[in-house]
Amino acid sequence: MKSSLKMALGLASAIVASTAVSNAAHAEDLTLCWAAWDPANALVELSKDFTKETGIGMKFEFVPWTNYADRFLNELNSHGKLCDLIIGDSQWIGGAAENGHYVKLNDFFDKEKISMDDFVPATVVGYSEWPKNTPNYWALPAMGDVVGWTYRKDWFSKPELQKEFKEKYGWDLGPPATFDQLKQIAEFFQKRQIDGKTVYGASIYTERGSEGITMGAMDVLYSYGFQYENPKKPYEMEGFVNSADSVKGLEFYKALYDCCTPPGASNSYMGEGVDAFKSGQVAMHMNFAFTWPGLQKDENVGGDKIGYFVNPKGPGGAQFAQLGGQGISVVSYSDKHESALKYIKWFANKDVQAKWWSLGGYSCLNAVVKDPKFPASQPYAQAFLDSMAIVKDFWAEPSYAPLLQASQKRFHDYVVAGQGSAKDALDGLVKDWTQVFQDDGKM
Amino acid sequence: MLNRTAENVARATPEPLARKVRGISDKGLAWLFISPTILLLLAINIFPLFWAIYLSFTNYRANRPNEVVKNLGFANYQRILGDQDIWIAMQTTAHFVFWTILLQTLIGFTLAWLIDRKFRGHAFWTTLILVPMMLSPAVVGNFWRFLYEPQIGLFSYVISFVSGIPPTNIQMLSNVSLAPWSIIIVDTWMWTPYVMLICLAGLRSIPEYIYEAAEVDRASNWRQFWSITLPMALPFIMLAVLFRGIENFKMFDMVNLLTGGGPGSTTEVASITLKRQAFESWRTGYSSAFAIILFVAVFGLANIYVKALNKVKQR
Repeated sequence: MKSSLKMALGLASAIVASTAVSNAAHAEDLTLCWAAWDPANALVELSKDFTKETGIGMKFEFVPWTNYADRFLNELNSHGKLCDLIIGDSQWIGGAAENGHYVKLNDFFDKEKISMDDFVPATVVGYSEWPKNTPNYWALPAMGDVVGWTYRKDWFSKPELQKEFKEKYGWDLGPPATFDQLKQIAEFFQKRQIDGKTVYGASIYTERGSEGITMGAMDVLYSYGFQYENPKKPYEMEGFVNSADSVKGLEFYKALYDCCTPPGASNSYMGEGVDAFKSGQVAMHMNFAFTWPGLQKDENVGGDKIGYFVNPKGPGGAQFAQLGGQGISVVSYSDKHESALKYIKWFANKDVQAKWWSLGGYSCLNAVVKDPKFPASQPYAQAFLDSMAIVKDFWAEPSYAPLLQASQKRFHDYVVAGQGSAKDALDGLVKDWTQVFQDDGKM
Repeated sequence: MLNRTAENVARATPEPLARKVRGISDKGLAWLFISPTILLLLAINIFPLFWAIYLSFTNYRANRPNEVVKNLGFANYQRILGDQDIWIAMQTTAHFVFWTILLQTLIGFTLAWLIDRKFRGHAFWTTLILVPMMLSPAVVGNFWRFLYEPQIGLFSYVISFVSGIPPTNIQMLSNVSLAPWSIIIVDTWMWTPYVMLICLAGLRSIPEYIYEAAEVDRASNWRQFWSITLPMALPFIMLAVLFRGIENFKMFDMVNLLTGGGPGSTTEVASITLKRQAFESWRTGYSSAFAIILFVAVFGLANIYVKALNKVKQR
C-alpha cells in the first residue's frame, strides 16, 4: 500500500513537473506569421535549427495569398498578439512603420553588428526602409522575390518549330530579349497543337481581387517608361504615370492578354499561373521567382524541360522587373520581443542564409548571392540574380491599399473588360492616386 | 398538472426571494425576462448602427488607429452620391436584383403550380428541386466556377454541343456581356426552390371549394387561374419577392466567388464595392456612409413594398 502510494505520488509529481516544464517551453514559443506557400514550408524546416540552438519553439500561422493581406493587416490594426514575428509584404512597410506595428530595428542591428550593407541593396530599400532611402530599418530582408518568366525549353528546342519560327519572324526561337519578341513567341504558340494538345502563348497576371493585375501590368510598364512620380517633385504624377510611354506599355499588356493567354484566364495570379504551366497549357509563364524551385522539381514540366528568363526590355531598351518578396519584422504588440529578436539575429547568420537558399528560400544576403558558386547552384539562380538587379516596387506608402485598389480597378477595367482606352485608364489612375494623397494631406 | 408544478416551485422558492419576487409587478417581471435579449440587441445591433452613423461623418480609417479623427460633416455622403463608380455599382445591383427576382418568381411559381397538381412522385420531385437551396453558397460558387470553366467545364460543353460554338469561346466568367448572366443563372438555380416553396404554401392555402364553385359556374382552367389562383397566391408571391429582393440587394458571396466583381467592374455590385472600400482601402468613415445610404435605400424600398403587400392582402 505504502509503495503504491509512493508510486502514485511520484507519478503525480512527475506529471506536474513535466507540465510545468512544457508550459515554460510553450511560454517561450514564438509565432511567425506569413503567407501559405512553398517558401513557408522551407522556413518551417529551417527554423527547426533555431529551436535546436535556443530551445525556443516555433509556431507558424500561414494564410493563403488571397487572404494574406486582409488577415494580417487586420491583426496588426487591431493590435493583436497572435504574431510575434511577421514576414509582411514589401508594400506594408510604410503603414506598419507609421502606425507603430513594427519594432524599429536600428538599435538592435547596431548592437548585434548586423549591417544592411551586407544585403542586396534593392531588398534593403524594398523590404526594410521607411521612409525609403533613409537608414530607418523596420525589417530584415528575408525572402528576395521578383517577377520573371519561365518557358518550355523542350518546345522551344523542337527543330520543326524552330524552323517555322525563323521563317516567320526572322530570328531564332529562344528566350526573348524584348517585349516585342515575347509577344511574337506568344503569338506563335497560341492555339498551336503540340503533342496532340492545344497550347497557348503565355500566362500573365490578370487577377482582380488583390494585387495580381497591378503586379503584372507594372512589370511591363516600368520597361516602357512608366514612373510613379516626378523624381524632382514627389507626388507629382501627371505626365509620369500617364505618359505616352506608359500608355504604350499598358496597350501592350492588353494586346498580350487579348492575343496570347489561355481561354478564361481573366482572373489569374500566382496559383493559376503555376497551374497553367504545370498542366502544359502555356509556352511561357510570368510569375514570381518563388515558384521556380517547385516548377524545377515538377516531373512533367521541370528538369530539362523548363528554362528561365529575366523580364525583357522595353522598346527604348529600359529593363525593369516588379519586386516581390518580404522582410521579417518584430510585431510591436508581441510580449516576446527578446526571443523574436533572437530569431532575427539567428536568421541573419550567413550559414543559416545559405541553408535558406538550399531549402528553396531566396536569400538576400550578399555573402550568399555573390558567392561565385551561386549562379550554378540552381538552374534559375542566374535569372534570379539578374532580375534582382533591375527591380522596382509599387508604392509603399501608408495608403498603399487604396492606391493598389485604384490600379487594380483601372487596369482590369481596361485590360480584361476592354472598357475605355489605355490613356483613360492611366488618366483615371492619376485622378484616383491624387485623391488618395490629398486625403493623406501629402498634396 | 401544470398548476401542481407551479405550486411546487412556489413552495421550493426561499422565502426572502419569494418576498422580493412578489413585490415585482407583471410588467416589471416581463421587463426582467426580456432585458437580456434587449441588452444583447443593443450591443450587437443598435450600438454598431449608431457607431456607424457617427463614423460616417468622419475621416476615420481603421488601419490608422493613431491618426486624429476629423469631423467631415456630410462630405462623405456628398462624395458617394457624386461618385460615378458608386452609381455604376448601384446600377449593376439593380440589374442583378431585377433579373434574379423576375426569373426566380416566374420559374418558382411555375414549379409550385406544377407540384401542386399532386401527380405521381410529386414528393420526390419536390425534394429534388429543393436540393440546390440546401447547399452552402461557398460550395455552389466553387462548383459553378468549374462548370463555367471554358476548357474543362461541363456547362461550356453542353452549350457548345447545343450551339456548335467551340467551348473555349464560351467564357462565361471572363466575357463582359456574359459574366453578369453567369451570376444570375447560378442565383436563380439556387434560390428558385425557395420561391417555389413559398408559392406552394400560397397555392395550398386556397380552399378547394372555391375551385368547385368555379367548376359549377363552368369557368375554364385559364379563367380559374387568373381569377382565383393568381390573386389568392399573390400575397405569397409578393412575400417571396420581398425576401429575395432584400437578400439579393446585399448579395456578396456568390459574386465574390464567381467573378470577384470582374471582369473589370462589370459585376461589381454594391456590397463588393462596400467591402473593398471598408476592408481593402480601409476608408472606414466613407464606407460607413455608403453602408448607411444602402441601409436607408433598402429600408425605404422595403417599407413601400410592405405597404403595397398589405393593400393586396386586404383586397
